[in-house]
Amino acid sequence: MRPFHYERPRGLEEAIAGKTEAARFLGGGTNLIDLMKYDVERPASLLDLTRLEGLREVERNGEGALRIGALVTNADAAAHPLVREHHPLLADAILAGATAQLRNMATMGGNLLQRTRCYYFYDRQTPCNKREPGTGCPAKDGVNRIHAILGTSEHCIATHPSDMCVALAALEAVVVVRGPSGERRIRMEDFHRLPGDTPERDTTLDAREVVTAIEIPAGDYGRHHTYLKLRDRLSYAFALVSVAVAMELREGRISRLRVALGGVAHKPWRVKEAEALLEGQAPEEECFGAVADRLLQGARGYGHNDFKIGLARLAIARALHQAAAAAPQSHVAKRIA
Amino acid sequence: MPDDLSPRGPETVALSLTVNGTSHSLHIPVWTTLLDLLREGLGLTGSKKGCDHGQCGACTVILDGKRVNSCLVLAASRDGSEVRTVEGLASPDGALHPLQEAFIKHDAFQCGYCTPGQLCSGVALLEEGHTRTEEEIREWMSGNLCRCGAYPNILAAILEVARKEGRA
Repeated sequence: MRPFHYERPRGLEEAIAGKTEAARFLGGGTNLIDLMKYDVERPASLLDLTRLEGLREVERNGEGALRIGALVTNADAAAHPLVREHHPLLADAILAGATAQLRNMATMGGNLLQRTRCYYFYDRQTPCNKREPGTGCPAKDGVNRIHAILGTSEHCIATHPSDMCVALAALEAVVVVRGPSGERRIRMEDFHRLPGDTPERDTTLDAREVVTAIEIPAGDYGRHHTYLKLRDRLSYAFALVSVAVAMELREGRISRLRVALGGVAHKPWRVKEAEALLEGQAPEEECFGAVADRLLQGARGYGHNDFKIGLARLAIARALHQAAAAAPQSHVAKRIA
Repeated sequence: MPDDLSPRGPETVALSLTVNGTSHSLHIPVWTTLLDLLREGLGLTGSKKGCDHGQCGACTVILDGKRVNSCLVLAASRDGSEVRTVEGLASPDGALHPLQEAFIKHDAFQCGYCTPGQLCSGVALLEEGHTRTEEEIREWMSGNLCRCGAYPNILAAILEVARKEGRA
């Protein structure tokens, strides 16, 4: 690891004032410290936020929205009674990711900001437009089994690796951030971005902004949800394809549907037109394929990841079936019902 | 035991840490991981450096009551913390932890390199209570790899202790 300066800001204002392009905020460190060991991240200084007050609360406001502080660990969030009662989809997605050890360290804010696991991004011996803009993207013609099939650009085909963020996208969460000019609220769909011409930017966060909380609006989907994650081994692997579904049913018809895909794009993938196809309809299996087709419209493979298109189509239909049947995928018993 | 890992300078930080019940006041380079501090600074070489990237679990220790990958913990960020390592699982009188006894009984290791991490992870797992079924134990132990493939015996050892303690 390269030497760096280490600072413990005493409050958010001090943290924001000290943040430069070359500085990084330290939360759980599970991704940042790892990337520093690989020499991919080379911060001049680390601003340790882990002792800041007021960022560890989980609370529900008058309108039923759940606010989770940025420093709440993934483990604590998944185990929190308010999360389990009101947003079990989020708990399931968190528990589908990483390991008990990593979830004990990783924070909610840090999970939002984790970087891609693209092999070329991690390997300093190869070019990578995300790591070093303008050098090229070897993944397009290289080993790309884990790479994106949607929203790619000629400059980058990396995926966002988070499970948590896929659930947050389906739950239409809002990311609360603080910067030099005060607080700003960013919808999940606007928080992560597609690579386009600037794949070095994962999010729409400004360099001097810090995530302070995640807010999830009240929902009424009961047990009609699921987080279905497909991967190369049964535990402790990133998703090849994952699907988060939150479905509200009224008198046998779908009154509201939210679907987000993981492992397929540079951000959690949502298509509102696909969700609208089922709204007002009874949850009939025959309709699920059309939702999948709309979600996957424009999908393209790069060789090794061609299989993801067919896999995603089946996973979407299966996840819709699970949500309609009020049978969320268990992250312990791995059998897919 | 050294209490000074490097010359004092702008890149060092003062740190108080309680490890297996013993308090330490240290000055460490800011980039020291908890794993390196335990092994190189305090001579506690039970915790192992396998991958050094949070992928294998051999470095697992119990930090303020939670199991973590010590290779990814920046020690400077844990001033005032309490750490429990494999060296601290047995009683001061030398009596092994029930899970250590069960590992011996069930032959839950071959080369032994992953064992300190498996033990720390397993002890925390028992305290968490994620031991109701074999499937649950397997899932919640997935952060500890065993290249020898002793998984069935590790599972048997954890399950036995969980049952004895009424946690399975």
